[in-house]
Amino acid sequence: MFESLSSKLEKAFKTLKGQGKITEINVAETIKEIRKALIDADVNYKIAKQFTDTVKDKALGQNVLTAVSPGQLLVKIVNDELALLLGGQTADVNLNGNPAIILMAGLQGSGKTTHTAKLASFIKKKGKSVMMAAADVYRPAAIEQLKVLGQQIDVPVYFENENKNPVSIAQNALKKAKEDGVKVLIVDTAGRLSIDEEMMAEIGNIKKALSPQEILFVVDAMTGQDAVNTAKAFNDVLNFSGVILTKLDGDTRGGAALSIKSIVDKPIKFIGTGEKIEALDVFHPDRMAQRILGMGDIVSLVERAQEVFDEEEAERIQKKLLKDQFTFEDFYTQIQQIKKMGNIKDLMAMIPGVGKAVKDLDISDDSFKHIEAIINSMTPAERKTPDIINGSRRKRIASGSGTDIQKVNQLLKQFEDMRKMMKTIGKFQGSGRGMPKMPFMR
Amino acid sequence: MGIFSFFSKEKKEKLDQGLEKTKTGLLSKISKALVGKSAVDDAFLDELEEILVTSDVGVETTLKIIDRLQKRVARDKYINSTELTALLKEEISALLDENHTGLQNSFDAAPIAKPYVMMVVGVNGVGKTTTIGKLANQFKKAGKKVVLGAADTFRAAAVEQLKIWGQRNDVMVVEHGMNTDPAAVAFDSVKAGMEQGADVIIIDTAGRLHNKVNLMNELSKIKRVMGKVIPDAPHEVLLVLDASTGQNAFEQARQFTAATEVTALALTKLDGTAKGGVVIGVADQFKVPVKYIGVGEGIDDLQLFDKHEFVDSLFKTEA
Repeated sequence: MFESLSSKLEKAFKTLKGQGKITEINVAETIKEIRKALIDADVNYKIAKQFTDTVKDKALGQNVLTAVSPGQLLVKIVNDELALLLGGQTADVNLNGNPAIILMAGLQGSGKTTHTAKLASFIKKKGKSVMMAAADVYRPAAIEQLKVLGQQIDVPVYFENENKNPVSIAQNALKKAKEDGVKVLIVDTAGRLSIDEEMMAEIGNIKKALSPQEILFVVDAMTGQDAVNTAKAFNDVLNFSGVILTKLDGDTRGGAALSIKSIVDKPIKFIGTGEKIEALDVFHPDRMAQRILGMGDIVSLVERAQEVFDEEEAERIQKKLLKDQFTFEDFYTQIQQIKKMGNIKDLMAMIPGVGKAVKDLDISDDSFKHIEAIINSMTPAERKTPDIINGSRRKRIASGSGTDIQKVNQLLKQFEDMRKMMKTIGKFQGSGRGMPKMPFMR
Repeated sequence: MGIFSFFSKEKKEKLDQGLEKTKTGLLSKISKALVGKSAVDDAFLDELEEILVTSDVGVETTLKIIDRLQKRVARDKYINSTELTALLKEEISALLDENHTGLQNSFDAAPIAKPYVMMVVGVNGVGKTTTIGKLANQFKKAGKKVVLGAADTFRAAAVEQLKIWGQRNDVMVVEHGMNTDPAAVAFDSVKAGMEQGADVIIIDTAGRLHNKVNLMNELSKIKRVMGKVIPDAPHEVLLVLDASTGQNAFEQARQFTAATEVTALALTKLDGTAKGGVVIGVADQFKVPVKYIGVGEGIDDLQLFDKHEFVDSLFKTEA
């Protein structure tokens, strides 16, 4: 799925190639593809339209330098704009108050209760005492759920089994939190539809009763076009202070993030990345931009690699990658480490633009045996400078490793491919932030 | 009257209310798009594209609908908005073509299997447990004996939640408590249901994101063990989709189908502003019928899906 945009753009960019200037005509097809991709990622139709119009305006008339293809230039503009829209200052959660009160709000099933507990655990780890209040009196076992989660993370939960009035539960919880000298009170509320006037009035009253420091709108990352309506309706009633985007560990592209950000201009403060209590992360606008554009998940790949690779080694190799000095010796070391990381093809598929390429590449784990044998049959000079491996050297390596010339040729080709991919990673890391260059724009 | 005769007027109104927003939006836009025009022009198609896309129908399905519409118009030569609306309805209905063979098509229909075993699957928070509570109510009302299986042993208090629905409906709930093996719960539920002479057995499962391989494997296993008690079970695998979900519903359908061979869809939360248009594409692509829709939080807020009513409600001129 992630490959789709890359390949579509690649196709669209072909029409741009060899043209010196971005014009209305040569950009039209590409802009259309970008808009389609955004809509497929669940960015709101109108916002996608506005967005691509902005991109077009910025792109029109720009001179295309020889070093940069029009496609590259355009994607840079797209990426910059997207990160800009999603970004702004990364807002922290406001915990100033005695106690600081956080009110959770959102539709049914968006993950409020789970994230109430995640947030409580997060704050507790910061060294502040936390209490959770169970003000969802409607959904069966919602109070029970919060109590169970409270036990798991060892955070007290305020609840009243008999009280059916969320406003008074919230008030009583605040009283209790004050008595107990708790620093932060997080109030879980029932899921509600934005068109349910009675329920929206209710949460408005909870807000009035508590004057919370933070009101967090909890929204499912898989939400479609309706995200704008819902976010706007909740914001109209609550003027919320931030957003928690949940279920981002799925494979949704999460265009709702862009829609919400554009429509209410409130920061996305946290993202939910799993069912475990710890699976709460701060929001990275640049990663989100890449995700919406379907550019693969280069950052995750690098992170996963870092988990397994020892750091010094990684740094050494990274330097080499940047300088394009990657050799068969490094390759050999890497094979040993990659073997530890799991399925190779999966890992490579995470590199943008590469997914398609590895599909046809034969990189089964078994092929390592031959690879290792072939590398072992090379001279140190050959490992360092593969370019010198000519026909007769190939013959020698083949017989030395007990394989055949085809296998050696295949490996040399794979190595070349690998080097290209690694160069891509190197570029991303080397550039620091954003995505200045896309791998498919060579 | 057929299988939908049980629809009370009241229920229809509820669905209409839920879809009201969609309806007025679509209609006013269609009429607006048509003012002073006698042929389908690009401006109208743009407008239609916007209408469909903002209902989460998705780019691909939208283009498909527009393409079919254009062909029909070229052939049939439409004249006015009423006829165009009818054409649109037909084309969308065609994509929702249902295939209900082998499924229990209404709550009071003669059983195609006894017990009829249903397995309910979906991502987190779509409303699986609530849908089961409502299903149990409908089947019970239709005079069926229902047994529920609490195989969501993962999410905090999920078993508790199902038990409350069990009490509300006065039906038996088979449970092993939290953090137990869900496959064992499913096995015992089907077994207990059989022994109790149940007509319908509904198995709840934990919400899971479809890209978690291990969790999807677990789901396949839960399904498999039911077949050990009754060879054909489960007779129905119901994938619950949230109407507010966007294009990710396709991936959900793909992965859940791969893991459990989904046979029917339930579309929940249609009483909100979300339009659930994504089911049109999902039903079309995976050839899976939409069977139930959720239109509220009450125990009665579940209806059998009927494509004609669904599409009619979308395009009806007056409420």
